[in-house]
Amino acid sequence: MSNATKISTNRDILGASALRPDGAAKVSGKFEFSSDLHAEHMLWGATLRSPHPFARIISIDFSAAYKISGVEAIITAQDVPGKKTYGLIASDQPVFASEIVRYVGEPIVAVAADHPETCRRALAAIKVVYEVLTPITDAEVALLPQTLQIHPDGNLIRHQRIVTGDQDLQGDVIVEGTYEMGMQDQAFLGLEAALAIPDSGGAGVEMYVATQWLHEDQKQIAACLNLPLDKIRLTLGGVGGAFGAREDISLQVHCALLALHTSRPIKMQYSREESFYGHVHRHPAKIWIRHHATRSGVIQRIESRMVFDGGAYASTSSAVLINGITHIQGPYKCSNATVDGFAVRTNNPPCGAMRGFGVVQACYAHESQMDKLAVACGLSPVEVRLVNAMVTGDKLITGQVVESVAPVARCITETDSIAMPAPLAHDANALEIVGGSGLTSLPHNIVRGVGWGVSIKNLMYSDSFDDFATARCRLQDGVVHLKYATVEVGQGFVILAPQIARSVLGVDEVVIDPVDTRIGSAGSTSASRQTWMSGGAVDGACRLVRQRLFEHVGKLHDIDPLRLVIEDTDVVDMLGDFRISVIEASTGVLFEETFEHHHRPTEELDANGQGNCHVAFAFVAHRAVVDVDVELGLVKVIQIATAQDVGRVLNPIAALGQIEGGIAQGLGLAVMEEIVLDNGKMRNPSFTDYLLPTALDAPEVVAIMIEEPEPQAPLGAKGIGEPPCISVTPAIAAAIRNATGRDLPRVPIRPQDICL
Amino acid sequence: MTVAIPQTLREALAFSSANPNAQIIQGGTDLMVEINFNHRKPTDVIALRRVEEIRNYAYTADKSKVIVGAGLPYQKMEHGEIAELFPALAQAARTVGSPQIRAAGSIGGNLGTCSPAGDALPVLSALNAEVNLRTETGSRDISVHDFMIGVKRNDRKPGELIISVTLPIIQGWQGYAKVGVRNAMVISVASCCLVVDRKLGAISVALGAVGPTIIRCRETEQWLATQIDLKSISAVAPNLLKEFGERIANESKPIDDHRSTAAYRRHAVATLSRRLLVRANTK
Repeated sequence: MSNATKISTNRDILGASALRPDGAAKVSGKFEFSSDLHAEHMLWGATLRSPHPFARIISIDFSAAYKISGVEAIITAQDVPGKKTYGLIASDQPVFASEIVRYVGEPIVAVAADHPETCRRALAAIKVVYEVLTPITDAEVALLPQTLQIHPDGNLIRHQRIVTGDQDLQGDVIVEGTYEMGMQDQAFLGLEAALAIPDSGGAGVEMYVATQWLHEDQKQIAACLNLPLDKIRLTLGGVGGAFGAREDISLQVHCALLALHTSRPIKMQYSREESFYGHVHRHPAKIWIRHHATRSGVIQRIESRMVFDGGAYASTSSAVLINGITHIQGPYKCSNATVDGFAVRTNNPPCGAMRGFGVVQACYAHESQMDKLAVACGLSPVEVRLVNAMVTGDKLITGQVVESVAPVARCITETDSIAMPAPLAHDANALEIVGGSGLTSLPHNIVRGVGWGVSIKNLMYSDSFDDFATARCRLQDGVVHLKYATVEVGQGFVILAPQIARSVLGVDEVVIDPVDTRIGSAGSTSASRQTWMSGGAVDGACRLVRQRLFEHVGKLHDIDPLRLVIEDTDVVDMLGDFRISVIEASTGVLFEETFEHHHRPTEELDANGQGNCHVAFAFVAHRAVVDVDVELGLVKVIQIATAQDVGRVLNPIAALGQIEGGIAQGLGLAVMEEIVLDNGKMRNPSFTDYLLPTALDAPEVVAIMIEEPEPQAPLGAKGIGEPPCISVTPAIAAAIRNATGRDLPRVPIRPQDICL
Repeated sequence: MTVAIPQTLREALAFSSANPNAQIIQGGTDLMVEINFNHRKPTDVIALRRVEEIRNYAYTADKSKVIVGAGLPYQKMEHGEIAELFPALAQAARTVGSPQIRAAGSIGGNLGTCSPAGDALPVLSALNAEVNLRTETGSRDISVHDFMIGVKRNDRKPGELIISVTLPIIQGWQGYAKVGVRNAMVISVASCCLVVDRKLGAISVALGAVGPTIIRCRETEQWLATQIDLKSISAVAPNLLKEFGERIANESKPIDDHRSTAAYRRHAVATLSRRLLVRANTK
C-alpha cells in the first residue's frame, strides 16, 4: 500500500515497479553465483583454520600434506610477498596467522589441490602444534588495565566520548537500564567464493569475486601481493546477499596468492560452516543508558556507556562505534549528553559491518528507554515519542544540525494510522498461530502485545570519508551502455540504473557493462548508499550525455539546445514543433561521459564528540503486534506496521522488498538469530542451529512510504536498505514486554527469558 | 565408495547380507548432513529409496494394527488414512523439516539414526510400536522401547534392515506437540506425545529431546491411572494437572546445550504434557 508516484507510461522508468533482470534466473536456479565459477585446469583452494580462540603457534608441519597426490601448493604467512596484514580501517589482521591465533577460525595455511576432497585431506594432514592460551572473551575484562593485550595494537580498538551541554543536569524523571545484544550473523545465502586466474608470467591476477566493494578489495589484495593496483583486476561474481559480511576480505588474498603460486586458476568457496568462521558478524553490545526528562516526558539529558565487542580484529569496529554513540539519542531532540563508547578487542570472532552498522544496538537501547520513560510519565508509547520527535534544523548531541528532511512525527502518526490486525480467532488455523507446526499452543494460551520502535540512521560513510561513486554513460543508436563498479548484492541497482538512464535519456534499451575495476570506484554497497551515490553518478553521467545529445541535435537542426527536452522517447523542442526520436538522433553518433558523484564532506569528531560527522539521515517507525504463549515463552510476530522516510520512491516493488526483507532480519535478531559462543567457540555454525525466520515466522507487513524528496539527494531518494531492520527489533521486544510484563533487557529474547 | 541401489526388498537384503556393515541410507536427511560435515565417511552404502515394498502401509490380518513401511515418507503421513488412524503421527510428521525433507524423510531413517530429537520417535514409543527387522534369512520383531538404546544407538544388528513398524490402532485420543525456537523447520527443543487408550483405561506419555533417548513416563502414567478414570473423558482437576506436569518433568533427563537449557526443557515437557492431557479430555 505504497503511496508512490503513479506512472502514466508502461516504460520501466523511475517510479515504475520495474522487475529485476536477474529475478527469474535467481528463482529458477539459472543465475550464476560466484560459487558456480569455473575455469579450465583450475585447482581448488582451501584454508586451514585455528581450532583455538587464543594460542601460540609452536610449529606447522606440512610434510605429510605435501606427499598427498594432487596437492599443488601449501602457503603460509612466509609466502605473503607484500603486506602481511589487511583490514578496512586498521590493517591489523594477518593474511595468515604465524605466531599467535586470536580467534577460532583464523586462517593459518592455504592449500591448492586438484579436488576439494584432496584439499580436505591435505588440511587434515597438516600438523600444527599450539600452546593454548586462556582466551579473553568478555569485553569488560579485556578493557581492564591488568588484562593481557591480545594484539600489539592493544585491546581498545577505539574510545570516543560525546560531551555536550549541561553535565550536571538532573531530570525530574530519571529512567535507566542496561541492554544487551547477542551476536547476529548476516547469513547471506550465496556463500563466499572466488576464482583467480593468474596472468602468464605471474605479473598479475584476474579475479572474479562476490564482494561489496571491488576497488577496496583490489587495494587490499594488491598491497598483500606487493603488486601495482592495475595488476589486480577484479570482476564482480554473482553475489547472493551481503548485509555487510562481504565488506572485509575473506578468501580474496588467499585465492590470488595460490593462483600466483601455482600459475593455475584457483577456485575457492566456503561451506556454510566455514562461512560462519570466514566473515565478520554484528557486534554484541552492552549499553547502559540513563535518560533525564521533565514530568511531561521531554528528554533533557542522556548518559550512556556503550561497549561493543569487536572480536579479535578491528575490521570496521571503530566506525561502528561512532555510529553507535552518535545515534544513541535516537530520532529525538536532546541538548545535553554524556556518552562514553568503547570498541574492544577480544578473542571472540571478529565483528564488523552488518545492516544497521552500530545503530541497531543503539536503537534497541534508546527505544527500550522510551517505553520506560512513557510509563514513568504516564504517557503512551506514541505520545512520548511524539513529544520528543526531532525535526529538520534540530541540533544533534554531536553539534551537527539535521539538514535532512526529518519527518519523524509523520513516520509515527502514519504508522499509528495503520489498522491493527484482526484479533486472534478462536478457530485459527493451528499452523498460523504461536508454535506453528509444533502445535504447542491454543488461542487461550496466547496473549497479544503491541510495541513501538522509531529510529534515525545515517546514510553514506561518515567521519570525513569521501566515498564517491563513478559511472560512465555511452549513447549510440538509441542504446545506452552504462559502466560502473557498483556491486549488486540483491539491493536492486541492477534495475535502478537502467530506470535512471531511461528517464534521463528517453531510451528503452540499456545495457549494463561488466561490473569490474576497469572504471573508478563506486564505493561499497553498504550504508544505504548506492541509490544515492551510484544513482547520482549514473544520473550525472546520463545528464551529461543528454546535454551532448541536445547540442548535437541543436546544431543539426539549428535550435538552441536549451529549448530541447526529453519527452518519452523523443527529443522535443519546448517552444516549437520539432520532435525527433532519441534513436534517430543518436544513430551513428557516440556520446560518452563519465561522472563522479561526491557527497558533501564530513568531519571527524573532536575529543568531545563534536563535529559534522554524518552526511544525511533517514527515519522510520515500526509498530509490532506479537502473539506470545507466555507459559512456554514462544512468540509469533503477527504484524509489522511501518512508515518509512524514503525521500522518493524510485521503484515501489523494489522498495517494498527492502522493507519486508529488513523487517525479517530485524525479527530474527529480536527472537531467534544468535551465534552462541562458549569461551570463544561457536556452538551453532550451521543453518540447523543458527535459526533464520521461515515463511511461518515472517509477519504481515503493512508499509507506508513517506515521500518528502531529500534536496541533498541526487534523485530525491534516501537510502532505504538499513532502516527497516533497525527499529523493528526493539518494537518486537516491546510488544513481548507488553504481553508478558517482563523486563527482557537482552535480545534475542529466548523462550526461557519469557517464561522462567 | 560403493553405492548399491536395490530395486526390491529381496535385492536389498542380499546386499546387506553380503556387506553387513554397509551404511544404510533411506531419505538421507540425517546421513547426508553428517557426510557433508565429514563426521562420517562410509565406504559402502546401500540406498533403499527405490525399494517400493517399504514405502507403503498395510493392515494386519485382524485389522487391529497397521504396518507402516520404514521408507514411507513423512509427507504421506500428514493427511489421509494414516493421519486418521494415528493423528499423533501425522502431527509429528508435519513438524519434520521442510516440505523437501518431509518428501524424503521416513520412520526408518528416524529409527536408524535414533536421535533423541527424532520427531516421530516419541509417537512410536507412546504407541508401543514394534520394529520389524529382516535379514536375508530371517526376521525379528522388537519393541521400540528395546530397540532404542541410547544417543544415536539402536539394536539393529549388522546385516539387518529396518523394514517397517507395526502400530496398534488405539481407541482414544492421541496428540503430539513440539517446542522449537521458530514456528517451523526446526530441531526439537522438547517434544511430547500423549496417547489415551480408552478401552484399557491407560495412558502413555513419551518425551523427545529431553534425555539420551526417547523417555516413556511410566511412573506418571501408572500414577495418573490411579487418580482418574481414563476409560471416559473427564475434566482433570487443576491440582492433579499441576502434579501430572511436575511428575512428567521429573521423569525427563534434559541437558543444557546451545539449543536450550535443561530448566526450560523440564518446564516445556511439563507444560506440553499438561496441555495434551487437557486436549485429550476436551470434547
